[in-house]
Amino acid sequence: MDKFTTLTGIAAPMPLVNIDTDMIIPKNFLKTIKRSGLGANLFDEMRFDREGNEIADFVLNQPQYRETQILIAGDNFGCGSSREHAPWAIADFGIKCIVSTSFADIFFNNCFKNGILPIVLPKEQVELLMKDAEKGANARMTVDLETQEITTSDGEVITFDVDSHRKHCLLNGLDDIGQTMEKAAAIDSFEATASAVRPWV
Amino acid sequence: MSPKTLYDKIWDAHVAHEADDGTCLLYIDRHLVHEVTSPQAFEGLRMAGRKVRAPEKTIAVPDHNVPTTLDREKGIENEESRIQVDALDKNAKEFGVHYYPVSDIRQGIVHIVGPEQGWTLPGMTVVCGDSHTATHGAFGALAHGIGTSEVEHVLATQTLIQKKSKNMKVEVTGKLNAGVTAKDITLAVIGETGTAGGTGYVIEYCGEAIRDLSMEGRMTVCNMAIEGGARAGLIAPDEKTFEYCKGRPHAPKGAEWEQALEYWKTLFTDEGAHFDKVITLKGEDIQPVVTWGTSPEDVLPITATVPHPEDFEGGKVDAVKRAIDYMGLTAGQKLTDIEIDTVFIGSCTNGRIEDLRAAAAILKGKKIKDGLRAMVVPGSGLVRAQAEEEGLADIFKEAGFEWRLAGCSMCLAMNPDQLAPGERCAATSNRNFEGRQGYKGRTHLVSPGMAAAAALTGHLTDVREVI
Ligand code: SF4
Repeated sequence: MDKFTTLTGIAAPMPLVNIDTDMIIPKNFLKTIKRSGLGANLFDEMRFDREGNEIADFVLNQPQYRETQILIAGDNFGCGSSREHAPWAIADFGIKCIVSTSFADIFFNNCFKNGILPIVLPKEQVELLMKDAEKGANARMTVDLETQEITTSDGEVITFDVDSHRKHCLLNGLDDIGQTMEKAAAIDSFEATASAVRPWV
Repeated sequence: MSPKTLYDKIWDAHVAHEADDGTCLLYIDRHLVHEVTSPQAFEGLRMAGRKVRAPEKTIAVPDHNVPTTLDREKGIENEESRIQVDALDKNAKEFGVHYYPVSDIRQGIVHIVGPEQGWTLPGMTVVCGDSHTATHGAFGALAHGIGTSEVEHVLATQTLIQKKSKNMKVEVTGKLNAGVTAKDITLAVIGETGTAGGTGYVIEYCGEAIRDLSMEGRMTVCNMAIEGGARAGLIAPDEKTFEYCKGRPHAPKGAEWEQALEYWKTLFTDEGAHFDKVITLKGEDIQPVVTWGTSPEDVLPITATVPHPEDFEGGKVDAVKRAIDYMGLTAGQKLTDIEIDTVFIGSCTNGRIEDLRAAAAILKGKKIKDGLRAMVVPGSGLVRAQAEEEGLADIFKEAGFEWRLAGCSMCLAMNPDQLAPGERCAATSNRNFEGRQGYKGRTHLVSPGMAAAAALTGHLTDVREVI
């Protein structure tokens, strides 16, 4: 997994609430057996008409947001299915950080597994960042995971919370499976005890 | 010992390791796998030279992509879908997990097959790369959806990295009125809490109205816990649960059954246990409901009218405007005036035998509206066989419904069963998102009875008028 340390980039505003995983990556793109290449179809039905032409007023189609790396989103981002294709598409497009007042649980987990940092902030702060993002390409934000700070284009600093284990993994690009396998002894002994107590499992 | 909730008890019984910061390795008793979210996980194992740690606890079945038309032995026409199903065939064999291929009568939607085969049992931890894994919570099992990286993690280690959620209690008191079903309960709860109301929580559903539900109904309720944002939904097991499990192919037998039963009877929330959030609904207040918009929280009693965007606040105002526009409705329009052209009965929410019985009871001896497309897609091959034996299939066919083979079908329209742009469907599934049932398709979520009623009249209909 790619490391996430600091990121300075363009932020795009997407104030719509309840952006679901079907919007992020429609199901016709779930038929792949690979993880890569999904960025081309990120937000497909909002981004393109059925002839494949770009819909001009969709935020990521606007010239100033084509290089977006940070998304400032409305409440409950990523609700819906468990498809990891959603964060795969987001990461493949080049977006590394999403800020919202809330995220759906599975989507939130999936982000961390793919080098994306989802940040939850109170409403007022999300609104402030939304305003900053509306300024377009001239307004670059910086997200620093080590210090847990976002710096707006005006130099305003907002701090955020992040789970310590997840922070550690993102900062170092660590793969969960390898780490868990180091605890194989604990799993073995749990299995032995559990199968004595609940042999039918 | 301080009193524990049901969630606390199951959680505590499955922690294999706890780090200083509270991050746990939760041991997984059952891992269900389907073709859409698993290929990359198996590929990951292969690349790292890893095995499936507990193949005997891993069950795979193709459901999302499979054709449900009667000619399905011809194979899958769409190349990408075929590749996904073939990949599951290959992976299941190579890694030695339990497998129900398309040709097996036990094949069906993974969340219907698990309980039906007795894989899902009280007190277990159950995961699947699918958000509706919450369904299995109906057995008092801690069950939730995971992403593909986590699927790979569970395959390799039989554990999941987790932090404990908060406890939420949803109590539905009293009796339900005629025409009101488990589907109406679960939608009414989401209407109350919103789609993010459960975020960070595991919900335990309780109260007389929940106790009175059959196992099928309880699965319907838990199935949509995820639409309320919760990590999982739970219902404490009771005699009905034990009765349902008894004799299933993978349920314990003999002395082991007795031992299991003794353990299962300890699975309830202790008197005085703490819940971080409590919601109470009166069973009598719940009416048959329908969704009008593009989020499951956009739910109203069938007797209501399409809302006005001004009635909402904040970001929801624009979302409601967009939803009304997408759905092709007018604020103030009566919900019963909304005409439909498709009816879909099926999915892991409402594709079980009881659902088919409820719909058939309304359709018996009647014909659906001319020109309407209507289909029943049983949740599994066994549900289908049972419905044929009970004569339900004939009722559907005589009424004008297509009688399909088992799969997810038009619930998410990854197979050829899709809505055309602008088409409107009364569906017993669980998501009404934009494009869910086909590009620009419009979905109204309802109970099986309401879907049958709509099929008869050609518009959204109060089921109480046809029973
Ligand atoms: S029936 Fe629908 S919700 Fe259920 S598993 Fe299949 S696609 Fe998902």
